[in-house]
Amino acid sequence: MSARDRLRPADDGTAAHPAKPARAPKPPGIRQTMSDLHTWTGLLVGWVLFAMFLTGTVSFYRDELSQWMRPELPAQHGFSTADAAQHVTDTLGRIAPGGPTWYITLPTPRANVTQAFWRGKDRFENGAFSPDTGERVSARDTRGGDFFYAFHFQFHYMPVLWGRWLAGFCAMFMLIAIVSGVITHKKIFTDFFTFRWGKGQRSWLDAHNVLSVFGLPFHLMITYTGLVTLMLMYFPWGMNAAFQTPAQRAEFNAEAFPAMAPAQRSGEGAPLTSVAELVRRAEAHWGGTPAGRVQINLPGDRNAQVMVSRQDEGRVSTSPAYQVFDGRTGALIRSVDSVKPAAETRGVLYGLHVGRFADGMVRWLYFLCSLGGTAMVGTGLVMWTVKRRQKLPDPARPYFGFRVVERLNIAAVAGLPLAMAGFLWCNRLLPLGLAGRADWEIHGFFIIWALTLLHALLRPAKRAWLEQLWTGAALLAALPVYNLFASPRGLAQTLPTGDWVVAGVDLMLWVLAALLMAIARRTARHQPRPPKAAWRGAATARHAAAPAREEVAG
Amino acid sequence: MTSRRSLLSHGPLVSRIVAALFGGYGLASLASLAAVALPLAPSEGVLTGMMLSFVVYTGAVIWVFAVRSARRAWAGLAIAAVPLAAAAWTVLPPAAA
Repeated sequence: MSARDRLRPADDGTAAHPAKPARAPKPPGIRQTMSDLHTWTGLLVGWVLFAMFLTGTVSFYRDELSQWMRPELPAQHGFSTADAAQHVTDTLGRIAPGGPTWYITLPTPRANVTQAFWRGKDRFENGAFSPDTGERVSARDTRGGDFFYAFHFQFHYMPVLWGRWLAGFCAMFMLIAIVSGVITHKKIFTDFFTFRWGKGQRSWLDAHNVLSVFGLPFHLMITYTGLVTLMLMYFPWGMNAAFQTPAQRAEFNAEAFPAMAPAQRSGEGAPLTSVAELVRRAEAHWGGTPAGRVQINLPGDRNAQVMVSRQDEGRVSTSPAYQVFDGRTGALIRSVDSVKPAAETRGVLYGLHVGRFADGMVRWLYFLCSLGGTAMVGTGLVMWTVKRRQKLPDPARPYFGFRVVERLNIAAVAGLPLAMAGFLWCNRLLPLGLAGRADWEIHGFFIIWALTLLHALLRPAKRAWLEQLWTGAALLAALPVYNLFASPRGLAQTLPTGDWVVAGVDLMLWVLAALLMAIARRTARHQPRPPKAAWRGAATARHAAAPAREEVAG
Repeated sequence: MTSRRSLLSHGPLVSRIVAALFGGYGLASLASLAAVALPLAPSEGVLTGMMLSFVVYTGAVIWVFAVRSARRAWAGLAIAAVPLAAAAWTVLPPAAA
């Protein structure tokens, strides 16, 4: 890495050849500027990016997490999408008759209930229904895994548009950090095979490099596709110029989302045809792929229409693929099976980001790469302090910026996992009848996170790291144990019955606890390297420096 | 951050930051508009433009910090903007043109 060091002026500010006359300093090389750009873009939004990455990582299993967080709901061991659709339609016919539109999300192997939402008397209502009977099911009021999913691109306690703008801003910085990181990385292939243990800054740099370089295709893809998912918001200019009227906009939207033309209420009643039959026909059309969503316009009216959309699994693209039927006769009105190339490209990019197509091993890989990306951001943040600690004139009293970064690092990297575990504990411990329970679980998450920041500010830095990492590990490890005794779907029930959806979450909590413990032990053993000043100097100074080195290393 | 480490004094640096943040976004927006002028269906042009805009934005930011001076940074953005603006002009609705 000497090439990079050579480009920097000497740390003590002296010119290399003080005897020469002063000239204009050489402009920094591109690797130097890209290195600075990389550090700044990474540092300014690093904590937010870490949070986005970690919550995004767990979102790949959000349906499983949602089931874990509603243990009252029984496990699903096989269901029929067609029957589930019919059951919930019948129920909605009783509880929300004549509603203008019913939106139904069918169960999947990961999600054990049918979801529906509809316009009630004066506001939207939603509910969960049993796939087998269509009866409304009740479980504890919680956002489930969807909280982490929503947080990762729109945060909380702010209007969703602001949250999405902030996420996009940070994602753009991330993209720049990746590109500048690649440009600055002179020996990117050699470094791929280099890992120097126990060498302080070098080790952190190597860890940062390995995590970044190994997963580079993934990190680049996930960042770029993340921006694409919200591109209609970030760069609407072309859309606004090309599509002026609402009709034109609707036409454009049909390229990206399934859409039914708004129906005219005729006022004449007519029974809805068999929705199960329509779902079966659509699934046959797609060669057996299950349906994912059903939308019913004007149920009970003569002009009712039913739209059946296919599930996301089985193909990468999320572009629209659906069939629209007449609600009274069951005749096929329209079948959308493909969209134009650019729209299909968008569908694929969107699909690559959310990864819903992935299951089994591929989803695992997504999860691991994403965890690697999280670690990439985290090691980058920590490396900033490790690198600069060596150069501190007085290690006991660092300058303000250093202190800020050091403390925020603790709250972000160690505090966030702790708070996420705390969120799961709130899910278990909050009284079931509490008003606004779902919101209080979320408040609990943020309260715990804020406390980790307070803790990070009050304790000595290394102690704060260790205490938070160990506490996070303990909270995670204790959850499956608590479930054994207090949850209807604890390991004692789920393992014998092969209920892997929830058993997987319990086991993963132990794995993550072990990961935090490993990080905590590594951190405990970590000794900051002595400042470079102790090494500079001739051989004679080495003996004098030896006692000094022992002082600062302690 | 000690400024002696960085050979850019503050004025040009601020200029570059503005060029990157806002100039880059402007160039990317222009590109997304210009893409509508491509010989594609309008929805295709719009979507293509949107997907390319992030690439343009990234390229603009890297350019701004890679070149030797803030002046060159702005000049590069301006030069790139000319053909994009010309193409974008053709797709603007009559009221705005």
